Amino acid sequence: MNLYANDLLAQPIGLLLAMLVGLGFGFWLERAGFGSSRKLTAIFYLHDFAVLKVMFAAMATAAVGLQLLGGLGYVDLDALYVPESILWPQLVGGLLFGVGFVAGGWCPGTAAVGVASGKLDAVLFLIGAGAGSLAFAPLQTSFADFLHAGTCSVGSLPAQLGVSGPVGAAALLVVALVAFVGATKVERWMQRRSQA
Amino acid sequence: MQRPYWNPYLAGVGLGLTLLFSYAVLGTGLGASGGITRLAASAAHAVAPAAVEQSPWLGSYFADGSPLAYYLVTMLAGTLLGGLLSAAAAGRVRVTIERGPTAGAGLRLGLALVGGGLAGLGARFASGCTSGQALSGGAMLQTGSFVFTGACFAAAFAVAPLVKKEW
Repeated sequence: MNLYANDLLAQPIGLLLAMLVGLGFGFWLERAGFGSSRKLTAIFYLHDFAVLKVMFAAMATAAVGLQLLGGLGYVDLDALYVPESILWPQLVGGLLFGVGFVAGGWCPGTAAVGVASGKLDAVLFLIGAGAGSLAFAPLQTSFADFLHAGTCSVGSLPAQLGVSGPVGAAALLVVALVAFVGATKVERWMQRRSQA
Repeated sequence: MQRPYWNPYLAGVGLGLTLLFSYAVLGTGLGASGGITRLAASAAHAVAPAAVEQSPWLGSYFADGSPLAYYLVTMLAGTLLGGLLSAAAAGRVRVTIERGPTAGAGLRLGLALVGGGLAGLGARFASGCTSGQALSGGAMLQTGSFVFTGACFAAAFAVAPLVKKEW
């Protein structure tokens, strides 16, 4: 049984193991080059699709791994904490977040890696992100109904489509592989264009 | 001398295995914005304790003691430390304001602050950021996570021409 299901995430064992997970998280982000805001935002100008490649590779690896471990009985997929699907606030939150991402040059996790790499703009981004979080406090009351708009009783896309989890993970893997091919084609095309 | 970054597919698979480990052991995925929110809440609490405790949402963080005694805060600290270890080993730690050749430092820092504000607010509307929603929810194939990720990239691509000068 995992720590979340045993209510241990605020206990010393949870704090320690989460820090260990964070070490791995920060390490891989930095190795990928995501301690650089210019590298992160290059995708939005079609120069460098590392963000897409890393994200899809990570999602597909974890999705396939989770379905495997779940199927073999090593992980109880029903005992995991999974964010609820609440479509309208997630749509609006995503739009706000995307504008902040390209204007600020970071997302919260990569900004932590940016700070570690000495980037002063990452420090400002994190201060802004803290302030933006606090600004949600008064809105949380005024948008109380909106924050539940589009709540899905079943949050998983494969379940909504009536297919199994493993089929969903396999589909995500296929989408990722197609995206890798497409992204590489666009990168090559942009390279040729800039040399011409 | 800076070493080159690792292959994005290799880094992605490594990141995916970290996420898988997190789900298997912690029972939850990765998260970054939650730790930032908790740090901001405790900073605000240090300045104006009564106002923070009276807020229905922020006050709930202080119901069981400090909001910092939570796995998302130590995960954020670990992320910073992991990034530092990797950057130091590759000779990539350098104090700088990262910006394009045509962008002034003031413009870059101002947009970093404003962008951070929008991202922080957006993450609270969505109950998560690129870590908690896009990666972790996506790996569990959640519809809301795909909606968040699609909206995030659509908005970023749409606004990118306006801030091109920054990069």
